[in-house]
Amino acid sequence: MSRIGVAFDKARADGRAVLVGCMPAGFPTVEGSIAAMTAMVEAGVDVIEVEIPYSDPVMDGPVIQKASDIALAGGVRTADALRIIEAVAATGAPVVTMTYWNPVERYGVDAFARDLAAAGGTGLITPDLIPDEAQEWLAASDAHGLDRTFLVSPSSTDQRLAMTVQHCRGFVYATAVMGVTGARARTSDAAPILVSRTREVTDLPVGVGLGVGTGAQAATVAGYADGVIVGSALVRCVLDAPDRAAGLTALRTLSAELADGVRNPTR
Amino acid sequence: MSADALAAPYPDTAGHFGRFGGRFVPEALVAALDELDGAWRTAMADESFRGEFAALLRDYAGTPSLLYPAERLSAKLGARVLLKREDLNHTGAHKVRNVLGQALLTKRMGKRRVIAETGAGQHGVASATAAALFDLECVVYMGEVDTERQALNVARMRMLGATVVPVTTGSRTLKDAMNEAMRDWVANVDETHYLIGTAAGPHPFPAMVRDFVRGIGDEARQQCLDQIGRLPDAVAACVGGGSNALGIFHAFVGDADVRLYGFEAGGDGVETGKHAASITGGSTGVLHGTRTYVLQDADGQTVESHSISAGLDYPGVGPEHAWLHDSGRATYTPVTDTEAMAAFELLCRTEGIIPAIESAHALAGAVQIAPKLAAELGREPVILINLSGRGDKDVHTAGEYFGILDKEQ
Repeated sequence: MSRIGVAFDKARADGRAVLVGCMPAGFPTVEGSIAAMTAMVEAGVDVIEVEIPYSDPVMDGPVIQKASDIALAGGVRTADALRIIEAVAATGAPVVTMTYWNPVERYGVDAFARDLAAAGGTGLITPDLIPDEAQEWLAASDAHGLDRTFLVSPSSTDQRLAMTVQHCRGFVYATAVMGVTGARARTSDAAPILVSRTREVTDLPVGVGLGVGTGAQAATVAGYADGVIVGSALVRCVLDAPDRAAGLTALRTLSAELADGVRNPTR
Repeated sequence: MSADALAAPYPDTAGHFGRFGGRFVPEALVAALDELDGAWRTAMADESFRGEFAALLRDYAGTPSLLYPAERLSAKLGARVLLKREDLNHTGAHKVRNVLGQALLTKRMGKRRVIAETGAGQHGVASATAAALFDLECVVYMGEVDTERQALNVARMRMLGATVVPVTTGSRTLKDAMNEAMRDWVANVDETHYLIGTAAGPHPFPAMVRDFVRGIGDEARQQCLDQIGRLPDAVAACVGGGSNALGIFHAFVGDADVRLYGFEAGGDGVETGKHAASITGGSTGVLHGTRTYVLQDADGQTVESHSISAGLDYPGVGPEHAWLHDSGRATYTPVTDTEAMAAFELLCRTEGIIPAIESAHALAGAVQIAPKLAAELGREPVILINLSGRGDKDVHTAGEYFGILDKEQ
């Protein structure tokens, strides 16, 4: 079983959900992103999702777009992202990587899988790669023992849900709303339905992302999902902070609030 | 339009042109793409849809467009030049064919809203036009930089009832407008159709758009036979995303003796890095939902394109062109801004036709290939050029380029 699977099993035994916190690699700097992700782990985030910044992130809302732009303008490269993954994995927290497909294809799919595994990454979340186009990634992830998280959506047909989860390993990412990343005022009505539809076709843990930003929302999602995935709200802590120390403080505070939320699921 | 479009060998059912094409999209869009694929295939096999589309093209868009023997230009080039006058279509370019086809499909799918991306504003204007005609809500995403460069087209879209949304992310140009339209589509896919402006994007867009514009080549092929009793030796078109080129190429792909030439925007020259020549100056990658040739850096980040022609200023190209290039069936060559503007002036002065700067790239390409073809064939070659659009929109750009604007203008 993968390290992600272990984290989900442990949380399930404790009667809570796993908290996944996302941050773009190299935002605001390489060093700064390592510090941010380390702070998140210390404050109770179970799994770190490192997003590789990309010039054309169609699944991301304005907050992560801006953070990605800052990272890219700072010159962050795929090799830097791998170094960041290695540094964060050294904290002991499982590190999953989120990336649009072109940077992986450009790096070389097998070479990327090999280097990601060597850096201690557990696997990939692929927002614009569906299993239909993933033959090379299926082979490379098998060869290097990496997890594969494909997305399922409220618009997925039953047939596609079954096909998609069949190709997943580690956990399944359920997109709570029809839309892009970004904190929203209320959590989605579609998400619980999607999670139960997903559970009908797989025993893998199901994480829910898109639109979760507060402890209360995390508690609500923890009530029906195995994992709560938070990105934009955490990124905003750093983006809006007047200086690095204030950003890390805000990040710790929100991480702790979210960690508290996943431990007190609303049922 | 003939029904044999679907009998064509490419793409496969998943939208692959050899190693290119396919679908690189969020799962949230797959259901809508499947719905569109089904609606398109059903429509193309349906007499009533084809009849409705043909009537609109004839009565509203003004096609078939003329095939004009450009004698004075021919004398300059040492070739017999035939111009396919897509510039005379309603809204001024070949693009009206695509938007009318997609708007008809939108109605058939029961959707009430269309979104579109636009660079210079031509596709935005065409989309707003079709939306007005079909009583659809229309939102056009346009890079903030482009809304400033093309203020008149912004006004045109608004006159037609569209909402223009300036995009302020990334490089604030066409590719970012396309990203933003994709994000809108993911969020509103139930009631919205994304009216992509070129033969790019995820399957079925490349093949579907090609089918909606293939009338250009179907008409031109028959017009050639009627007017000169034979097929041309070469077909020339400009290539940005590539819809006008596919539109005129498609009918000739099976004619082995007809050479197909695509002319990409070479900007300041491919060697300078400031260009939009994705095939000649790019590499294989994934952009905006499809695998094709892309301008990218060593890490797969998209590199900004440069061209004097806003309509060619895009860092990717339709996947069918990538495949035609790899297969050797079509030849792709860059044309610089300078070469294109010289050809622009040449057409103005020899034929009294102001071309779109996009189309001037095809003219410049024809200038280059004419002597080579003549030498190869040992006679005057016949070159069919797709004059894909008119130059009204480019008067300011060209006026500045040639330094002929009075100061206050």
